[in-house]
Amino acid sequence: MALAIELIDITKRFPGVIANDKVNLAVEQGEIHAICGENGAGKSTLMKILYGMQPADEGVMRVNGADVTFASPTEAIDAGIGMVHQHFMLADQLSVLENVILGSEPTLRGGRLNRKEARAHLAEVAAAYGLNVDPNTLIEDLEVGARQRVEIIKVLFRGAKILILDEPTAVLVPDEVDELFKNLRELKADGATIIFIDHKLEEVLEISDRITVIRRGKTVGTVNADDVSAGDLAEMMVGSELPSPSTGESTVTETVALDVRGLTMLDADERPTVDDVSLQVFKGEVLGVAGIEGNGQSELIDAIVGTARPAAGTVWMDGRDITASSVRNRREGGLGYVPEDRHEEGLLLDAPLWENAALGHQTSPPYAKGVWIDRGGSRRQTETIREGFDVRTPNVDVSARALSGGNQQKLIIGREMSADPTVLIAAHPTRGIDVGAQADVWNQIRAARADGLATLLFSADLDELIGLSDRIVVMFHGRLVATLDPNEITPRSLGGYMTGATLGDTPASASNGASA
Amino acid sequence: MNDLTRRIGLALAAPLGAFVFALLISAVVLEVSGASAIDTFRTMWDNGRQLETFVDTLNRATPLFIAGIAAAIGFRMNLFNIGIEGQYVLAAFAAAVIGAEIALPGPLHVGVIVIVAMVVGGLWAAIPGLLKVYRGVNEVISTIMLNFIAIGGVIAATFPRVIDKSEGAATNAGTTLIPESGWIPDLNSWLEIFTREILKGRRLTGVFAIAIVVGVVFHVFVNRSRLGYDLRATGMNFLAARAGGVPSGRMVLLAMVLSGAVAGLVGMPEILSDNHSYDQGFVRGLGFGGLGIALLGRNGAVGIAFASLLFGFLDSSSAVLQVTGSASQSIVVIMQAVILLTAVVAYEVVDRIRQRDEIRRASALTAATAPTAGASA
Repeated sequence: MALAIELIDITKRFPGVIANDKVNLAVEQGEIHAICGENGAGKSTLMKILYGMQPADEGVMRVNGADVTFASPTEAIDAGIGMVHQHFMLADQLSVLENVILGSEPTLRGGRLNRKEARAHLAEVAAAYGLNVDPNTLIEDLEVGARQRVEIIKVLFRGAKILILDEPTAVLVPDEVDELFKNLRELKADGATIIFIDHKLEEVLEISDRITVIRRGKTVGTVNADDVSAGDLAEMMVGSELPSPSTGESTVTETVALDVRGLTMLDADERPTVDDVSLQVFKGEVLGVAGIEGNGQSELIDAIVGTARPAAGTVWMDGRDITASSVRNRREGGLGYVPEDRHEEGLLLDAPLWENAALGHQTSPPYAKGVWIDRGGSRRQTETIREGFDVRTPNVDVSARALSGGNQQKLIIGREMSADPTVLIAAHPTRGIDVGAQADVWNQIRAARADGLATLLFSADLDELIGLSDRIVVMFHGRLVATLDPNEITPRSLGGYMTGATLGDTPASASNGASA
Repeated sequence: MNDLTRRIGLALAAPLGAFVFALLISAVVLEVSGASAIDTFRTMWDNGRQLETFVDTLNRATPLFIAGIAAAIGFRMNLFNIGIEGQYVLAAFAAAVIGAEIALPGPLHVGVIVIVAMVVGGLWAAIPGLLKVYRGVNEVISTIMLNFIAIGGVIAATFPRVIDKSEGAATNAGTTLIPESGWIPDLNSWLEIFTREILKGRRLTGVFAIAIVVGVVFHVFVNRSRLGYDLRATGMNFLAARAGGVPSGRMVLLAMVLSGAVAGLVGMPEILSDNHSYDQGFVRGLGFGGLGIALLGRNGAVGIAFASLLFGFLDSSSAVLQVTGSASQSIVVIMQAVILLTAVVAYEVVDRIRQRDEIRRASALTAATAPTAGASA
């Protein structure tokens, strides 16, 4: 029997990055096949290609043995592929039935809705796959797990035999995960093929038959779930050859610059996203935070920068309790911030460069003079940044939008560094920029570290993390689960902590009772 | 040089294009409705060259300009103050009532009336601001509702108590007339600098001078002050501004109050130079007009000035068209609407072209510079 899906040498390039580099994938009929990899490894791009949302630049796709190319998701659906998105695409105010048929409504003559047939078909699909949901309930009245079932039914209703589930467990509580897995097994028993994207190793091992691991846009390999341990998978995800730490002299001092004590952040459902985290960054030190994205890093950053209030715990900077301080107060007190998404939190895209350089420092010279913006001073300072940080731009009056990503990032790094911060929060400071610019940014951070800067570095790039950090802590499920020495780190130890394959043994885990 | 011409051309293309397009559409509408487009436009043109029309245009443009600035203060930070309407009507009402109660020497009296109007407008606008900051209420909804509450509620409830019931009061029921010390002098002396023509009873409202001050202050505040920077930053990217230390809640409140305070001035021509009282025929709709003016003027003082002059002129022609009977006066409303719609689209197109130009120039530079070039200024 032909493979359900076969991808051969799929390559997809974006400006400056190769998201998929000759990726190969073979999914057999009727299996649950997991695709594992860190965020940014290229899983989502691959699935978008498979589902017709983006075309591949190179490579061959086969579905049930036949060569295919999809120009849109509609064509993928026609070929029997369905996708359950991580973020549900449901209309809250409509009933389950209405949501399921939306876009593929059975009609009577004259375009009237054939409710009877819709209902019958829905019941048929639900029964066939053992998914029960009351068709008349409004989506807004459903639990998250049930909403996900509706998404799955929606896909099956359109005749999909191959289902792609994009991190389906990310939004579920443990009971709901069990329920989902039960449903998936029934789907499989009924002949459906399931592609399951995830990076939670225990879950992947439990549900899937085979697992393909992707790292940095390349396929690392495909293994049988029965033959591997979580540790093996973690090692495959992280990579076997880790970069060696730079042999720069340690500049770490005894003075604590940033001190986070027992910090807890809660999400809208009162579940902890950051769970009793304590960390100290000393002057002249780079503390790296490793972890797969979505394990509380963003929330921790919010609490330190001051854009969100913690539920418990305190943040101290330079010996001062800043837990209740405004963002402005913290910034004026010497907190530099390189946000993880420069477009979202870093730049005013439609404003000229000099106004972007002032952002975050608009209250003090050289950007301000009393209650006024010092336009001349701002322009001169921006020129200085432009020269010192090699920002390629015709002048400082062009809008930030006109610059390439790397130059935008250099502008942000330059604006933070030139303000002479005492603490720098750097989230993925070199994401999406070219190698040359990356080296520049690293050198800037090293130079500032020698001058006593305390840096808290969040990164998914292990080269960066190991190369720059004096210490590395690993964040998993909102907790710091390990403190590692970059000189002694192994792929297995790092990967194990990052993916939860190795359980934490640091004091941070002593507060187990707090989460439930 | 060529680059500069292109940029100037682009800046003018949108509003001029919109105007020409509006003329074409109006011509079609006129012809279809049986009137002569040529005749109508000629009437408007001939009328436009009269000095009286010029003064009338300035008088009509004055409150539109102020309303446009009030709207722009909100727009600059993505805040939609749809409540300018209620704010200015309520402010004018309060100013008329209080202005009639007090007696002060000339300039002081006018000053008090102006301050009352600004304070009332600002306070009324503070309500949606507070609701947004502390309760997350969308300001579009709350300001619209507050319009009804201001006009249909507060004024309707208080108006009967303050109507001037004395002998000889105007037939159009209104508040007591403000004493003459609270009237703003006209600016005909300004006009006389430029022309010796005699104005046939036309008077340029003194509020015109206030409008100029408002425009200058707005321009300097938004473009030069730290608060103005915070305001614009919030409007361009809320999250980035917040991460950059801009206190978002306080900015929302500030922008609403400032917008409302300026809105409070919109009714001043009526109160200070025309009727000197609030009556049942008090001018309405300027608040909504201001939203369109701000849009057309791209939220800048100069743009808003041109936009309000254009709309003021069209309003002025509308009266003439009615008198001469050459066409229905609603043709003016149609023109205004078409100009607005076309301008919005044209601005977007021009912006895209401009962005593309900029990106092209920036990337040409990146490609041209050798990778080793560190400091090249």
